[in-house]
Amino acid sequence: MAWETVIGLEVHVQLSTNSKIFSGASTSYGAKPNTQACEVDIALPGVLPVMNKEAARKAVKFGLSVESKINQRSVFARKNYFYPDLPKGYQISQYELPIVVGGHLTIDTGKGEKRIGITRAHLEEDAGKSLHEDFHGMTGIDLNRAGTPLLEIVSEPDMRSPAEAIAYLRKLHTLVRYLEICDGNMQEGSFRCDANVSVRPQGETELGTRTELKNINSFRFIEKAIEYEVERQIDLIEDGGTVVQETRLYDPSRNETRPMRTKEDAHDYRYFPDPDLPPMELDDQFIDSARQQLPELPDTKRHRFMEQHGLGPADAYQLTSDKATADFFEAVLEQTRGDAKTVANWVNSELAGYLNETNMVIESARIDPGMLAELIDRIEDGTISGKIAKDVFRSMWNGEGTADQLIETKALRQITDSGELEKVVDDVLSRSREQVEQYRGGQTKVLGYFVGQVMKETQGKANPQQVNELLKQKLESGD
Amino acid sequence: MALDKQTIYKISRLARIHVDKVDIDRYASQLSTILDFVEQMNRIDTDNVAPLSHPQDRVLRMREDSVTEHDRRDDLQSVAPMTENGLYLVPKVIE
Amino acid sequence: MERHRALNAFITVDPELSLNQARAADRMLKNGGSRPLTGIPIAHKDIFCTKGVLTTCGSKILSNFVPPYDATLIKRCYEEGMVTLGKTNMDEFAMGSSNETSYFGPVRNPWDQFRVPGGSSGGSAASVTARLCAAATGTDTGGSIRQPAALCGITGLKPTYGRVSRYGMVAFASSLDQGGVLTQSAEDAALLLNVIAGFDPLDSTSVEEPVPDYGSKLKDDIDGLKIGLPKQYFDEGLSPEVEVLIRDALRVLEDHGAVLIDIDLPNSELCVPCYYVIAPSEASSNLSRFDGVRYGYRSEDYEDLVDMYMRTRAEGFGDEVKRRIMIGTYALSAGYYDAYYLKAQKLRRLITHDFERAFELCDVIAGPTTPTAAFEIGAKTSDPISMYLNDIYTISVNLSGLPALSVPAGFAGDLPAGLQLIGPYFSESRLLNIGHRFQMDTEWHRRIPGGFE
Repeated sequence: MAWETVIGLEVHVQLSTNSKIFSGASTSYGAKPNTQACEVDIALPGVLPVMNKEAARKAVKFGLSVESKINQRSVFARKNYFYPDLPKGYQISQYELPIVVGGHLTIDTGKGEKRIGITRAHLEEDAGKSLHEDFHGMTGIDLNRAGTPLLEIVSEPDMRSPAEAIAYLRKLHTLVRYLEICDGNMQEGSFRCDANVSVRPQGETELGTRTELKNINSFRFIEKAIEYEVERQIDLIEDGGTVVQETRLYDPSRNETRPMRTKEDAHDYRYFPDPDLPPMELDDQFIDSARQQLPELPDTKRHRFMEQHGLGPADAYQLTSDKATADFFEAVLEQTRGDAKTVANWVNSELAGYLNETNMVIESARIDPGMLAELIDRIEDGTISGKIAKDVFRSMWNGEGTADQLIETKALRQITDSGELEKVVDDVLSRSREQVEQYRGGQTKVLGYFVGQVMKETQGKANPQQVNELLKQKLESGD
Repeated sequence: MALDKQTIYKISRLARIHVDKVDIDRYASQLSTILDFVEQMNRIDTDNVAPLSHPQDRVLRMREDSVTEHDRRDDLQSVAPMTENGLYLVPKVIE
Repeated sequence: MERHRALNAFITVDPELSLNQARAADRMLKNGGSRPLTGIPIAHKDIFCTKGVLTTCGSKILSNFVPPYDATLIKRCYEEGMVTLGKTNMDEFAMGSSNETSYFGPVRNPWDQFRVPGGSSGGSAASVTARLCAAATGTDTGGSIRQPAALCGITGLKPTYGRVSRYGMVAFASSLDQGGVLTQSAEDAALLLNVIAGFDPLDSTSVEEPVPDYGSKLKDDIDGLKIGLPKQYFDEGLSPEVEVLIRDALRVLEDHGAVLIDIDLPNSELCVPCYYVIAPSEASSNLSRFDGVRYGYRSEDYEDLVDMYMRTRAEGFGDEVKRRIMIGTYALSAGYYDAYYLKAQKLRRLITHDFERAFELCDVIAGPTTPTAAFEIGAKTSDPISMYLNDIYTISVNLSGLPALSVPAGFAGDLPAGLQLIGPYFSESRLLNIGHRFQMDTEWHRRIPGGFE
């Protein structure tokens, strides 16, 4: 039987505020255990939550960017369950009236564009962390993370393959960083994903029973976890079994999923409106000010790059996948004589290659837009060839100087003096009798051989176009 | 609403309150009596009435995003039943 | 002193703290910078967190809890230069109307030591009644200030919800809880309210409404004041002895020119069922933090994490608290939410509407604070419902968030009863004014039980 996979994703995005959603404790990552858990975060008797306005603003920015409806009245509710990393015994979340409702993201499936629906996005507080290293057979609890603002973004079950799920996640990851509402750091848990996965016979319209996969913290693991789970469900059904609705944990070391024990009886969360927090009302002014903070969004930027700069879809896509890269590209373009395609090539191949190799982000590279612009200008004005430029780029990457400094100190200037070049050409031709005969006999392909020889003699400093012309002229004149 | 033993067991587990076997019947009867009492509410028709969660239907006041708390771990953990290296210790959590 | 100790009004006294505060108050008085209540001795209900001083909330689960911070109300009293005498006994987590649910034993009514002082602020009421302190703080979720004030023959004020910060007050039912005062007179209540009322940025339900000087209007004329008498507050549940006292008290106000009118609060007779869904629901969630992990009692004998939770909470909470947590858990659980919790929230709006309509006809509402005078210790402990019905005249006020005052209205035999005055939001000044005018013409609030003079 042919099976169809149905995937919906719940992404927990940590909002990059200075302080927690309901307390004045810091949200910075990596502090010593419990040093950033204040009296509100550890839920001392008598403490109360006070909402962080910036968390609301960031949620609104997200909603506006995916064309959602912003609920101008939304309600905080308590989700009740016991867990040691949840100090109050309930999580403050939003249930019936979330801040963001509806909206969509468009992904590229490889076979065209596809619209993935967003059901809702709601504000909530993060829990602390359980550390399972052995403390005499006990578990240690660190509440530094407790109370960090989260926006949980829930998609419609619109994805039909792990690849589509990854495309959606990458798109969302790009978007939240563009909006500067989340740092996107998956290792630190700033962007986490739960996947709801089910299968159904091809053509069936009813959804199958789903399982919820938790604890997946990289794009690669999400793909693997979904693939494993789909296979498990299909095997189960084909063997006459049924899928049980449950929460499962992905174990990357074994590449398998297993039921989560702690969630066994947690299905009755007893949500009710939090009496400590009256409904949140956002006026038009608040929403307008959030709208004014919106940057140009990735899709808009990509289309503009194609129209305004004449770039192809692939170049435009790569350049706009990250706001810093797009900004870098435009900064170079503004300062150079080179055209957009040339700049795009340098950013997407050379620079991206080095960044990838060293696992660095563009902001921390030693090459700034001005330096790359200067390098491209030296190609454009004929000072150096494209090939030499790559060597110069490497030196720049290593922090050895700017293009002009390197051209000067390493004497890389292209030979443009035609007398000097003519001497080299004559030399090459005079010691390559055989090849000259071949050329004149009609085998014009050997021109490349002469060019190579000339470039070798000049250590690449000759202008290739000039060399070509000179060679043709000499060979065809017959002297 | 008469609550049976099974329901009492379920509630006690949800509420994380252990109830001894010998006490189950007592709880069942007391809680059932209270539920019967509160069910008098049904005498009043509340269709088309909006629920009231907060007196005066107030709206939320929000604070600016600034860090106002500093590390008070030692102070706050001085009242904890069990800690080590700044962590609260609990019986092993199995996920 | 033996008589005082026998009342069991205090859970903690801290002579060192009292002495230090008394010295500081002396300095304030000498050096200038003193404030109206500097040096006045006060007792605090053991529900308010006091930094460095045991705060138990009447429960075993907090029997070892020394808070690392002060409640906002406590800070305000400290800043005023008031002298803390100690932390008063109370029903466990404020759940009770007799002070019999305290882990630290019942409080006795100074008028009759075999009777309850009311609750949950029973220790505060008894300590003011016995003149152990000039005033005490309390909290009122369903009548917990007014009811013990009435049963002990003192003055008790429950302010408008949001008027006094809840920060640092151990939560029972967050949308109903409100801090207030128990004093010897309406005048004292006004002075103490001046200290504790006001906006607190740490409490999202605290209101930014300006705070008037509550003492400034005490002597205002009440001529022409329209007092509404809800027929539901004078029904068959009201004991005849108390009714006589209330009618007499109303005549005193009439003598001052007040006009009595009959009003109707049709939904208020269901306030008790409504309350016993909402309060336990909120409590079931509020009390989840008592899990033996970060503070408080932890069971010594458990098998695993879930067992640690279940035994800690079973051993740490008393019967009434456990009953309410379980009722609340049930009322919020899947399949029952609409029938219980949502239904109660809807009824809550109807009850509030009743008051809104009533205040179109009258300026304040008056009636008894309680249906009977103080009952005997143990009389109602085996029947939760009869205990709950003690608050039938006080609960609606909490559901609507209104301010209300109880003043001593006279004695049924040897036992006091209270006259309750309910006003619109933020009408504390008016209520205290009426209470004060009443006390200018009556002596009930000056009576002191034998042996405590």
